[in-house]
Amino acid sequence: MVMAQPEVMDAPDLRTLSVAESIAHLKEKFPDAISNDTREGYSGVIVDKQKLVEVAQYVKETLGYDYLSSATAVDYLGEGNHSTDHLEMVYHTYRTTGGTALVMKAQTDRETAELPSLVPVWRGADFQEREAWDLYGIKFAGHPNLQRILMWEGFHGHPMRKDWKEAYYEEETKPFGSRWPGGHVHRAEEKTIFGSNVKYPADLDLGRLADISDDQLYQGFGMGVDTHQMIDHNGMETDLLVVNMGPHHPSTHGVFRMVIKLDGETITQLEPVMGYLHRNHEKIGERNTYLHNIPFTDRLDYISSMGNNHGYVLAVEKLMALGKKYEPPTYRAEVIRVLMVELTRIVNHLWAIGFWMNDLGAFFTPVLYFIQERERILDFFEATAGSRMMCNYMRFGGVFQDIPERMHSAMNLINDRVRDTDSMKFLTEMINERIPRTIDELDEYLTNSEIVKTRSIGVGYISPENAINYSAAGPLLRGSGVAYDIRKAEPYSIYPELDFDVAVEPAGDMYARYLVRLNEMRESVRILKQLLPRLEYTKGQPVSDNNMAYSGKVPLGESYGRVENGKGELGYYVVSAGDKKSTANAWRYHVRAPSFINLTPLGLMCQGGKVADIVAILGSIDIVLGETDR
Amino acid sequence: MDLSLQQLNTTEFPIPTDLQDNVAITSLSKIYNWGRRNSMWPMLFGLACCAIEMIATASSRFDFSRFGMEVMRATPRQADLMIVSGTVTKKMVVPIVRLYNQMPEPKYVLAMGACASGGGPFKEGYNVVSGIDTYLPVDVYVPGCPPTPQALLYGLIALQRKIDGQSLAAVDDIPWYGVGAADPTPVPILGPDIIDPRQMDMIRRQAEEAAKKGSASIGVRTLPAIKAAPVAVPAKVAKPAAAAPAKVAAATPEDDKRAAALARKAARAAKQGTAPAAGDAPVAVEEAPAEVAAPTPVAPAAAVELPSSGKPWEEAEDIREQRKAAALARKAQRAAKRDSSGG
Repeated sequence: MVMAQPEVMDAPDLRTLSVAESIAHLKEKFPDAISNDTREGYSGVIVDKQKLVEVAQYVKETLGYDYLSSATAVDYLGEGNHSTDHLEMVYHTYRTTGGTALVMKAQTDRETAELPSLVPVWRGADFQEREAWDLYGIKFAGHPNLQRILMWEGFHGHPMRKDWKEAYYEEETKPFGSRWPGGHVHRAEEKTIFGSNVKYPADLDLGRLADISDDQLYQGFGMGVDTHQMIDHNGMETDLLVVNMGPHHPSTHGVFRMVIKLDGETITQLEPVMGYLHRNHEKIGERNTYLHNIPFTDRLDYISSMGNNHGYVLAVEKLMALGKKYEPPTYRAEVIRVLMVELTRIVNHLWAIGFWMNDLGAFFTPVLYFIQERERILDFFEATAGSRMMCNYMRFGGVFQDIPERMHSAMNLINDRVRDTDSMKFLTEMINERIPRTIDELDEYLTNSEIVKTRSIGVGYISPENAINYSAAGPLLRGSGVAYDIRKAEPYSIYPELDFDVAVEPAGDMYARYLVRLNEMRESVRILKQLLPRLEYTKGQPVSDNNMAYSGKVPLGESYGRVENGKGELGYYVVSAGDKKSTANAWRYHVRAPSFINLTPLGLMCQGGKVADIVAILGSIDIVLGETDR
Repeated sequence: MDLSLQQLNTTEFPIPTDLQDNVAITSLSKIYNWGRRNSMWPMLFGLACCAIEMIATASSRFDFSRFGMEVMRATPRQADLMIVSGTVTKKMVVPIVRLYNQMPEPKYVLAMGACASGGGPFKEGYNVVSGIDTYLPVDVYVPGCPPTPQALLYGLIALQRKIDGQSLAAVDDIPWYGVGAADPTPVPILGPDIIDPRQMDMIRRQAEEAAKKGSASIGVRTLPAIKAAPVAVPAKVAKPAAAAPAKVAAATPEDDKRAAALARKAARAAKQGTAPAAGDAPVAVEEAPAEVAAPTPVAPAAAVELPSSGKPWEEAEDIREQRKAAALARKAQRAAKRDSSGG
């Protein structure tokens, strides 16, 4: 869209409009394309799909909502509060200068299911639109590479649609009649004749059974290229080489796969392939009750389960706040939440830096030191929540239980002192001495290391404009000089009253990301030190409202709860719909996974780099596959 | 053989002096197993959350190099053990089976965690395989979600114990010394859904049947729909039970506590058998235990006539309960008979 001259003059003003003012302005500007979303508990605008790209361009360029946080689809099939069945794309856009979201929605009917692609506006929509195509079957006109992303090419149907039933399908929502209140548990395998989790369409052609997913994948790579066409400037004949890496490569941080086209040692094209750990988190999440989902969120980013819990409970609490009987978490509960989340952030960054060292070739020695520190933090989690990794700790309206007086971590024993120790003393010592010492040690050995510097400075570069455009989040975004931290940009919990800085580095390379992580850990320690006195004087306060913690009903509406997790912006889009008054199960439950969206610029960052840097660049993004594939 | 002790002792290897005049006897199996159990090299690959705990097990606090397992090999060609550490998805099972086929024998599989053992929390999803044992032979299952490092260590020690028990004399224990190489596990195909080549015949048969019937999908078994439980039926069950005691009590003037207790038990069992199906019949079931004071031969007979609840799994439960109730009632009847004849 070409902008008229006066608008450019107005631009600074328009960029400071509040969300409500922005919507009013949009309605003035596009009177026939914009309508308010008047559904109960919903916010934002519904954009006519014909003008979606134009409006999005305007929102981004002129109104300054430059950051597309989340783009996801919802299937309103047979939903009582809507007159028609339709598919809907929901876009959450933010300003990188901070503030709340401008939510845009575009609707299409379920049969044609076509919408214009927003990839030309925000490159960050790329993977998210592919996911919507894969799981909901929405075709995006103008998308450069509309292929399945989580399932394989050739899979039958679009599984997140409400009328798509899995092989072990039992009922729409839990609790299932067979299990509660009767408790007559039976084996899921009985449901299919094959005794396993499979279901074939009636038009299964047994004559042509071949895995076509790889063919589709390699199509764009021009395999079998003509050697003679590729004579480089020295006159040497080179052939392009297509290398497959993963899904079980030891350096891909899980079951991640990349297909790389190499010209000699230089990367010319890189295509991330994922879905090898697609565990149907969202489909299961929509069958589950709200409370059921908390342990599932643990398994998203399994390095930092506490952070995952936090985002989810925030999203559902936002919805609950629309109702009458809502009591926010007590102050102590908030303090404990932040304590856990910040400890988790340290765990996450230690892990990320340690494994990035692995990727750089310092195999396993540095990471051993970080794991040792992590174990101490996990001991504290285990004493408090009952589990090392999958804490399942937070509840709506608080946390599951208070920090215990004494820790008896006999099972996870480091030495006899841990067998029976005062937990506050343990925590204080950890925050004041152990963690800072580990961070200093790390800093001393790695930051000025010649090898680390040579390998990482200037490698894996992404510019701030691209980082925003590709919806990068977390250290990847802040390592490019964009000081965007949700704890500051759209504060939640008790972060406004805490004193900390946003770690930011301008260089945009791997080294900058490393420094951001390092400084962020220091900031976390700063926060933790402020939490210790708060924990002392809130001693004895309740940590959860028992009624709220277990109540299942949530009023109608939608909410998007987002937190700054170790890996970046973790968002939960939860829609409560279906029932007339309030619901016990989410109609739509979507996770805006930072690991997933941060992979969008991976190809861009690797292009022109050397093949040996791929694993290091991937390591510097810091992904975890449980969250990438969900 | 006429080897002197002297000759036996003169080997190229230095033998400590305190061992020189000793003869140690062991079996070949033991030496063989000892070597193998203490150099179990796992494959360096992780699937999901459990992989993190596997790494924690490998690191200094838990340290499985104490058991000779620290040499994690990134290539299947050098690995003895595949630790399936995490959720096996349909997309991932293809490479896993391929990796397993590439491992040289003897090879072992350890299913780590709930997902690898049986599908775990994600079993109900559309892209998750219900346990790696549907494709590969599993030697050790380690429960947990995720299992703690201690649990994994325990599983690895269990595998060592399994190896200890193998004998070179039994071909079943060491199939890799059999006539030829073992057949590779057929690699599943990613079609419209995952296709296990071993089920090909079954799929073909089902496809034909589905084509005949014109059904929409192949292989999904539709369990009978859940019917609303008829309200009148439990009342029928309870009424004879309630009516009976008066008669029986008259027949047996003595207060037979044992018979009465048995009857109460039978009535309870009959009540439990019907209760899950009958949502709105609390009145009928409530009066049964209160009134029954003596053996009731009628009640279990009526209970057997209960209609199906429409849920086969519940039905099975019902039948079990009914049989139990009938047996108890028969017992009570016998006891009552004996008493009346004696008195």
